[in-house]
Amino acid sequence: MSTVKIPPVLRQAVGGERTVEVTGETVGEVLTNLCDQHPAVGSQILTPDGELHKYVNVYVNDEDARLLQWTDTPVGEGDTLMILPAMAGGER
Amino acid sequence: MKLPESLAEQVIAHARAEFPNECCGLIAGHGDVATRVLPTTNAEGTPFMYVMDPREQMELMDAIDEAGEDLVAIYHSHTRSAAYPSKTDVELAFFDQPLYVIVSLQDADSPVIRAFRLARSAPEGEQITEEPVEIS
Repeated sequence: MSTVKIPPVLRQAVGGERTVEVTGETVGEVLTNLCDQHPAVGSQILTPDGELHKYVNVYVNDEDARLLQWTDTPVGEGDTLMILPAMAGGER
Repeated sequence: MKLPESLAEQVIAHARAEFPNECCGLIAGHGDVATRVLPTTNAEGTPFMYVMDPREQMELMDAIDEAGEDLVAIYHSHTRSAAYPSKTDVELAFFDQPLYVIVSLQDADSPVIRAFRLARSAPEGEQITEEPVEIS
């Protein structure tokens, strides 16, 4: 069971909670289970194909998961995940 | 949103300092009243795109949250086009609560600041809603 920190932008999607406890042995499993439990989160962070959006960052204990083993990064009891949609855009 | 003139000047100064690249940052406050501007690093560092440095974003969002403030707006500059959201701006608008403020330097002598609420998952034609910016 990992703790997932929910930023303000996603809190409404999880009923206002700042953190939620989610099962899963990897980052990918935790995110899948989180989106299954809270489909409104999925609609914000997943692409229509069900992949995690390129501009959504995930941190495991403050480390960028993309610099670890991305969705294969093992997680468990005592680990904290943070989901952080990017603030991005552009003229083109 | 209500934007004190001194804060509007900070946003414009940031846009000019980063030119020709786009700048980006946060505007904190209470409700629709802006009280401070928090410039951030554009990790992309190009004239056509902004991606807020994720570490800075995380730290500032936490600081705003812990200070009991609201994230009133996310701002960025358009250096060559009008202060209106681009297709990319809408596609990457994950945040539905804060406003998206755009400062345009298209006319370098007369920068324009406008604010929008963006809804990326809304049907086309309903994704962009302009909100008035009262600079005083």
